[in-house]
Amino acid sequence: MTSLMGLINLDHEHSVFNELSYFRSSASLPFGGRYRMIDFALSNMVNSNISEVAIFVRNKYRSLLDHIGTGENWELDRRNGGLFILPPDWNDPTDRSQGDLRFFHNNRDYFHRSKSKYVLISGSQFISNTDYKNAFAFHLDRKADVTLITTDVGEVQPEHYPYFRIEADGSDWVTNITNDQKNSELFTGVYIINKDLLMNLVDTCIAYNKDHFFECGIKDKLSEINVQKYKHEGYSAFVNTIESFYKQNMNLLKEENYRDLFFNNNFVRTKISNNPPVKYFEQAVVNHSLLANGCVIDGTVEGSMLFRGVNVKKGATIKNSIIMQRCTIEEGVYLENVILDKDVHVTRNQKIIGSKEKPYVVAKRQVI
Amino acid sequence: MKECVGMLLAGGEGKRLGALTHHGAKPAVPFGGKYRIIDFTLSNCTNSGIQTLGVLTQYSPLELNKHIGNGNPWDMDRQSGGVTVLPPYTGKTGGDWYSGTADAIYQNIHFINQYDPEYVLVISGDHIYQMDYLKMLEQHKETEADTTVSVIEVPWEEASRFGVLSVSDNMRIYEFEEKPKTPQSNLASMGIYIFTWEKLKAYLVDDAHNKASSHDFGKDIIPTMLHNNRRLFAYHFSGYWKDVGTIQSYWEANMDLLHEKSGLYLNDKNWRIYTNDSNLPPQYIGQQATVSNSLINSGCFVYGNIENSVLFKNVRVEEGSTIKQSIIHPEATIAANCILERVIVMENTMIPEGTIIQRGEYEEPLVINEDILGAMLTPAGGDK
Repeated sequence: MTSLMGLINLDHEHSVFNELSYFRSSASLPFGGRYRMIDFALSNMVNSNISEVAIFVRNKYRSLLDHIGTGENWELDRRNGGLFILPPDWNDPTDRSQGDLRFFHNNRDYFHRSKSKYVLISGSQFISNTDYKNAFAFHLDRKADVTLITTDVGEVQPEHYPYFRIEADGSDWVTNITNDQKNSELFTGVYIINKDLLMNLVDTCIAYNKDHFFECGIKDKLSEINVQKYKHEGYSAFVNTIESFYKQNMNLLKEENYRDLFFNNNFVRTKISNNPPVKYFEQAVVNHSLLANGCVIDGTVEGSMLFRGVNVKKGATIKNSIIMQRCTIEEGVYLENVILDKDVHVTRNQKIIGSKEKPYVVAKRQVI
Repeated sequence: MKECVGMLLAGGEGKRLGALTHHGAKPAVPFGGKYRIIDFTLSNCTNSGIQTLGVLTQYSPLELNKHIGNGNPWDMDRQSGGVTVLPPYTGKTGGDWYSGTADAIYQNIHFINQYDPEYVLVISGDHIYQMDYLKMLEQHKETEADTTVSVIEVPWEEASRFGVLSVSDNMRIYEFEEKPKTPQSNLASMGIYIFTWEKLKAYLVDDAHNKASSHDFGKDIIPTMLHNNRRLFAYHFSGYWKDVGTIQSYWEANMDLLHEKSGLYLNDKNWRIYTNDSNLPPQYIGQQATVSNSLINSGCFVYGNIENSVLFKNVRVEEGSTIKQSIIHPEATIAANCILERVIVMENTMIPEGTIIQRGEYEEPLVINEDILGAMLTPAGGDK
């Protein structure tokens, strides 16, 4: 059948968010005022008419399970297909696979049961709002084995360093996958692959004792299979460090970027939490900011992003900061260039100032 | 078997709400920035542990049906019980519209009987309040009442607008008067009843056969029970309660949300109001915007000045516009340099640049939609 099934592979994603990733994988890191990083990959899949999505998770997935639940909020609570969260659960005594190949090997039935002949594979650190219908049509039209989604980032920034660069001939046939830092066309981690080929390549990689599907199965086999690239246009962001996390969230305060990510394309879904509208009191002074429902504001908020349920008391000031869910900022507090993780309580008259380049980060549930 | 089944009356048209109810029933009118009026009673049921509920619809029910759906936002998507929408119907012996509140329950006796309940809670979907029905049920059991009527103290000068109850020291009701000229009491009925089902059923059947009856709880059932010396008790509720029956009271109740002193509070984690959440992105407050004492829902873009107002989802307010003491329903756009004061802008309305509409402090707030706006902006005779 000419339809896609989805796979979000989190196995090789490193969580280098320091305090922010002590207790969670980067996939469940809050982003964009009320979302988690994985919402974008999940929503893009659902918006591409994908109705079955598997997620490979290795560790720190408690918060991810809590966030995604049955998949109801992404309309993935289906009679057929739906959502499959697949933690490491290996019971095959003959199994000698390694790395993410172990996930593929031990979850073969997920692929075999589906009627779809094509798989869309993605990570969670590439943030965009796109459906992959056009890329899929391109994949079919070119009779490709694999189609890599790329994006041209223009100027290469530190957060772009870890990603593969794609070289192609004039007709989008991929000729080389490199680490050439001068090349600004990055592989987004999203690709479409024919299911039968995927399963064959998994077997080959395991036979050669490899531990990384993409590197062994696709990068090293470039001369043997038909790999095409499809360039993503429009808003995109790579988020893999505290610095890029801060920068990309602050970028959303520009209306143009905010509209591109949330309003001009498809609907981005996340977990619903039933908060009331934001309540502004008499003393509230708010501008150039994004605020999610459930916030109660009686202080000053400028150039900042407030997640759901943040409480800003009278006389408190928040500038250029990211304040995650349910933080309480008491009277007289001054915060500038700060990232507060969930449930942080800042007591009266505290003053915390970070720098734009190195924002001050406070871990979850701290009282300061 | 369920101990208590709720019956929520949601069929009213709400004529006095004017244009607000032209296309939908009163309980479905948007309220409080993201809710509909009926969400308050639905959430009261959820928070009180009433898990079996019939919602009686009649007038223009499309939005209401869609809103309630399978009851999921209120945890009422249950295998047994849950929420059931009950419209008027025809059967072997014909059928008819619901002709009164009591008739609506009478026509659904078979619905209640399937659960074989001890008690039936009758409420209506057009009041704004947060109340634990279980406490009222406890009193009902303790007093071994046939009927318990929830009452609230109202100012004496307003008592004549309500159904007023006179009670003895132990809260037993000895007199009930609908809108009396000279009230004997200031305890007003809130239209919330708990009945012992066996007792009520007999009265409903008798009432249905009484051609002279208007088949109304307040006008017929309760007076007849009193006349028969049944055990009727009042349950004293103190807290916020408002019948949002008129444009003025609808506007007031929304404004009450902006003042904590009113007692109406949406941020109470122990008494959440649930609704269909539209899962929209956070609101964007622009560089030049000022916002104070207001409620703003997700998806909004605000560049103007908002004071003492309630904005529903996806509202856009452009630069130089000022909105005071107003309620802006979903998807409305206020273009640049407008002044709106004491108005209610209905869904999808586009207010053109430079529009100024201000209502005086003692005037009824003005409801605006595209039609009303069109009539206002083209003066009669076209001489301007």
